[in-house]
Amino acid sequence: MMRVEVDLPGRVRADVTAEAGEVLVVIGPNGAGKSTLLRAIAGLEPGRVQVGDADWTDLDVPQRRVGYVFQDQSLFPHLSALDNVAFGPRARGRSRADAERVARHWLERFGIADLAGRRPRELSGGQAQRVAIARALATEPEVLLLDEPFSGLDVSVQMALRIELGRHLSDFPGVALLVTHDAIDALTLADRVLVLDDGAVAQVGRPAEVAAEPRTPHVARLVGLNLVADGEEMIAFTPDSVVVSLHEPEGSTRLRWRGTIASLAPHGDAVRLLVHASPDLLADLTPAAAVELGLVPGREVWLSAKATAVSRYAARR
Amino acid sequence: MTGPRLGRAPTVLLVPAVVGVALLVVPLVTLVLDTPWRTLPAHLGSEAVREALGITALSSLLTVVGCVVLGTPLAWLLARVDFRGRRVVRALVLVPLVLPPVVAGVALVTALGRSGLIGQHLPFSVPYTMTGVVLAHTFVSLPFYVLAVEGALRTHGASYDVVAATLGADRWTAFRRVTLPLAAPGVLAGSALAWARSLGEFGATITFAGNYPGTTQTMPSLIYVALNSDPAVARTLSLILLVLSVGVLVLLRERWAVAR
Repeated sequence: MMRVEVDLPGRVRADVTAEAGEVLVVIGPNGAGKSTLLRAIAGLEPGRVQVGDADWTDLDVPQRRVGYVFQDQSLFPHLSALDNVAFGPRARGRSRADAERVARHWLERFGIADLAGRRPRELSGGQAQRVAIARALATEPEVLLLDEPFSGLDVSVQMALRIELGRHLSDFPGVALLVTHDAIDALTLADRVLVLDDGAVAQVGRPAEVAAEPRTPHVARLVGLNLVADGEEMIAFTPDSVVVSLHEPEGSTRLRWRGTIASLAPHGDAVRLLVHASPDLLADLTPAAAVELGLVPGREVWLSAKATAVSRYAARR
Repeated sequence: MTGPRLGRAPTVLLVPAVVGVALLVVPLVTLVLDTPWRTLPAHLGSEAVREALGITALSSLLTVVGCVVLGTPLAWLLARVDFRGRRVVRALVLVPLVLPPVVAGVALVTALGRSGLIGQHLPFSVPYTMTGVVLAHTFVSLPFYVLAVEGALRTHGASYDVVAATLGADRWTAFRRVTLPLAAPGVLAGSALAWARSLGEFGATITFAGNYPGTTQTMPSLIYVALNSDPAVARTLSLILLVLSVGVLVLLRERWAVAR
């Protein structure tokens, strides 16, 4: 069990717990405090940290058994891939031969044993990131921290690495926290999703729950849902359930909004409209309908949704 | 010529520039032309010259060692540890850069001279010894070294230190295995600068350590003496120092000499 309490006024205030073996994916907009949370666990920012029976709060960074994969890879440029991975075991007291054996084992597990002698600048982005993850795991950490491990990589490389990482995470006995901007990471890797917004925990839950009933505009946008606050309730609905019209819709529905079209873009077979209303909404319609209505950016439109096509849930649990 | 054709360089800028180059280059060219090549081996073989060469070689080498041993930790402290008064310490460290060397010599005398504030309590004598020469050289060379190494340490920032710490490395381990290897180019450049500064050091040395042949007489001191008694020897020694200095410049050309 891991518990971390961070209270940095003006930046982040969160109380997070996780079980051993659990993968917690942290999502939220820029500046929400995601990286700060990770840094606090590693001891790079102040915060109360309890891991199992041990209190880490007053421990220096080297004494904390974390594996940290930084956003910018940060492999030591003067060391080979093997020496990068062996660095941790060696710093934690293993003999050189022993540390190299451990490092070789981890490079093999990531399928990059043949790259052992290469310097970081001779590695591709995906290879370097594998080395970075192997390096973090080689110290047998109790907590694994991954800060946007796929950012800056090609989409195809991201996908392969995500699958690979998923395998390693399911073998990993400790707590893993992964910060990401990508809904796919949350949906494929997470046991639980932690949503941070404006320095506070906005939502915690299983990926499917969070995706179906988002509580922040950021998550709604990530999973492609419209989200509207309605008093104590939240209303979520998909863009293709939105009806677009040029005049105020008739009938009694309360679910209607007026706004101007900010952009139109192809989205699969449909055309996706972003409409500046309060709040901003997405609407999908057929290209034929878009042409017939004469929709162009700047045009004022009415949007409505059927009560049967939306899901309502409490804004706070 | 590359670049857009903006017209001729104006004479009012061109003439001073050419004069400036001439001022810098002509004396060195005459030094080379005027070297008594035929008698050069004989001059080099003379005892005074061999002694001065030996003292300069040894003292400059020890100065570099002193700079590396003292200056590397000092540069690390200035670049990596956030302590009160860091700016003051850095300013103090850099004073010898602008201090006239003869003033440095006088300052060393007041501190470590036989009747100096510290020197009078020492069981051994520092001035007029090899130790004195190295001390004077280190005094004037250390700021160059510290500047170069601190710059190198700052280029890589502290981010790799943080990575090393998360991998379990204490600060000493991180310094040995990460910080120092990454700053190696700066250590080399700083050593070359300190060495060059030590080779040519005259004012502080002659003030603090004197000019005794075989003990404290370095090349520059010998040149100064020889210029009156035997100008040919002075020119020969000057040529040697010129060659060594240009050698340092070539060594550092990747870093500073070439503005791209």
